[in-house]
Amino acid sequence: MPQTTQTLIGQFNPVAVMFFVLFVISTLGITYWAAKRTRTTKDFYAAGRSVTGFQNGLALAGDYMSAASFLGIAGLVSTKGYDGLIYSVGWLVGWPIIMFLISEPLRNLGKYTFADVVAYRLNQRPIRAAAASGSLVVVLTYLIAQMVGAGTLIKLMFGLPFEIAVVLVGTLMISYVLFGGMIATTWVQIIKAGLLLGGATILVIMTLYHFNFSYGELFSQAQNLYGAKFLEPGGLITSPLDAFSLGLALMFGTAGLPHILMRFFTVPDARAARKSVFFATGFIGYFYILTVTIGFGAAVIVGQKLIMSIDKGGNMAGPLLAEALGGNLFLGFLAAVAFATILAVVSGLTLAGASAFSHDLFVGVIRRGQAAEKEEVKVAKMATVGLGITAMLLGVLFKGQNVAFLVGLTFAIAASANFPALAMSIMWKRFTTKGAVASIYTGLVLATVLIILSPTVWVDIVHKSEKAAWDIKDKVDKINKDLKIAAPGQALTPEDEAANNKIGKAAAMEIIAADAAVKGNIDGLKKGIKTAPEGAALSPADIDSNKQINDQIDQILAAESPRIFKDKVESITSVIPKPQPIFPLKNPGIFSMGAAFLVGILFSLFGRDKEAELKYNDEKIRSYIGIGSEE
Amino acid sequence: MTNKSSKSIKKTTEEILEDSDFKSLSSQKNTISVILTILELVLYFGFIALIAFNKAYLSQKFSGAITIGIPIAVGTIFLSWVFTGIYIFWANNKYDVLVKKVKEKIGG
Repeated sequence: MPQTTQTLIGQFNPVAVMFFVLFVISTLGITYWAAKRTRTTKDFYAAGRSVTGFQNGLALAGDYMSAASFLGIAGLVSTKGYDGLIYSVGWLVGWPIIMFLISEPLRNLGKYTFADVVAYRLNQRPIRAAAASGSLVVVLTYLIAQMVGAGTLIKLMFGLPFEIAVVLVGTLMISYVLFGGMIATTWVQIIKAGLLLGGATILVIMTLYHFNFSYGELFSQAQNLYGAKFLEPGGLITSPLDAFSLGLALMFGTAGLPHILMRFFTVPDARAARKSVFFATGFIGYFYILTVTIGFGAAVIVGQKLIMSIDKGGNMAGPLLAEALGGNLFLGFLAAVAFATILAVVSGLTLAGASAFSHDLFVGVIRRGQAAEKEEVKVAKMATVGLGITAMLLGVLFKGQNVAFLVGLTFAIAASANFPALAMSIMWKRFTTKGAVASIYTGLVLATVLIILSPTVWVDIVHKSEKAAWDIKDKVDKINKDLKIAAPGQALTPEDEAANNKIGKAAAMEIIAADAAVKGNIDGLKKGIKTAPEGAALSPADIDSNKQINDQIDQILAAESPRIFKDKVESITSVIPKPQPIFPLKNPGIFSMGAAFLVGILFSLFGRDKEAELKYNDEKIRSYIGIGSEE
Repeated sequence: MTNKSSKSIKKTTEEILEDSDFKSLSSQKNTISVILTILELVLYFGFIALIAFNKAYLSQKFSGAITIGIPIAVGTIFLSWVFTGIYIFWANNKYDVLVKKVKEKIGG
């Protein structure tokens, strides 16, 4: 039975603040402790390679599971049902690929960044410049997406203004990385993973307790409320090619994320590296399975109506479920966990960005590999501050913007610019410097350009107003089709007339939606409508005032909708053709990744590099048995 | 590095590459990695293909209200993890032994 109770979400919540302060104090304490142990580049970038496989598995999970996957997937499941589940599968399947193809050679061949591996037997400077560009673009796009998400979520949960939330997240993330380097970042990620997995587990146990530990009961109630369609795949995948392309980007993009790859240098050897992927995959998979239960549980226990009234995308499904089952205490705990989740991810990203800047660009390109350790750490710290401030500024700049495409772009670039060059450098003897550089830039440029020309940016953002007008026109056309027409020479029956009125009103509402001011006006009026308390009737005075409000709304609809239709919809749709994407797929992964591989192969085949081929023998031995790998 | 020492390293490099244990180690690892990668690709894109081409199959009831699609999705996640487990099991029991053997040869 859905309960439409009130919620404390979005208000000042002392319990949440208490948990949050506790988290900040303990992580800053760890940062202080870590700062004393962070002296060399090995400490700063790689936590002295002292992280165990199990710890790194947790930290990888903490690095990877973003607030978007915690709140977003539960929200998608609660509002879209089975389609939400498809997402959770897609986010996991890149991990086995990391294990089978990347983790061990990466650990054996690299030092601090994945560019170390690509540049292992090739020309250092061009490779490092290209690989650092790929890393920095991935880090920045992902950081913007995280920052905007963080500002919005914290505003939703704590009622804090967007800008303050962004500055708070930015300041904390800079502090962790600046003072505590990889040691502090690792522990922030481990603690976050523990809190997130623990919190989600408790939430699932409480949900199942509600259904007497019967999934049959949970799903049958979900079906009763939202119909059998809720438990079936729906409209998410319309074009198989689109789905395949997104799938490729998710799968191989995971294996090309610089902040994930960097974590493999924190463990002592290849054995620990592979072990950490096993644990990470287990933790992340377990977590995604939990979010599915949380999503369906929220749909039944909280109800879609309340979830979507607070956030259209359903992001608050998890916290609302926590509140319904565990009261304010549990809500506060989970809100703080969401905050910790964001912090752990952005810290990992900042550190990866800073190391691409200092280790690859500064030392590798500008100083040609010659720099004192102290100086390198200093540059890395300056880069941390610079990157942190840039991320905060961009986060504020992108406030209220549609940044959903940025996550797709991040994975597309990671899969196209980083993964092909990394994979070919490990596996293919004849891979050359020219091939690697061409492959990285092809992947980077193609993924970016194609995303801009794709429906997600070209139609949804660049031609936003045209699309909005066409959407309304399409809806109104569809509504008009349903109008009843009287037989020749006869009048409409009263029932048909009433039906037509209803349809006309729906169409008018669609048109009104194009004008924010008028729509806001109507929404404001609607709030004044009173509902009867359960089991009682409305008082005559309430009925009267409700009627007045409805009349007012009808008047506005009648007066404003023709004008808005003419001004905003007709003027656009009659002049401008329906906006079409230049590139048809939502995610360019299949083309940009394919092209990056192809270009890399062609450039390598047409310009043999005998020296690099010779060095491959050493690389091969080190890659397979780890002789000479960084200690 | 003098010319002589680099030559001797090269010689050992080639010797290692020609070593039968190293050869079996690298070819075994490649085989396992490729097989498991292909299995993972088939698993995930098989799931995507089912959604794209055979929604009706996934919409069948499995038990009560639960559709067959739900255990299939959860199973895809679980199997992915099992694959990493298989790899770990092989690497710990076979691969590491071979690595140790080759390392001993070089050290000796």
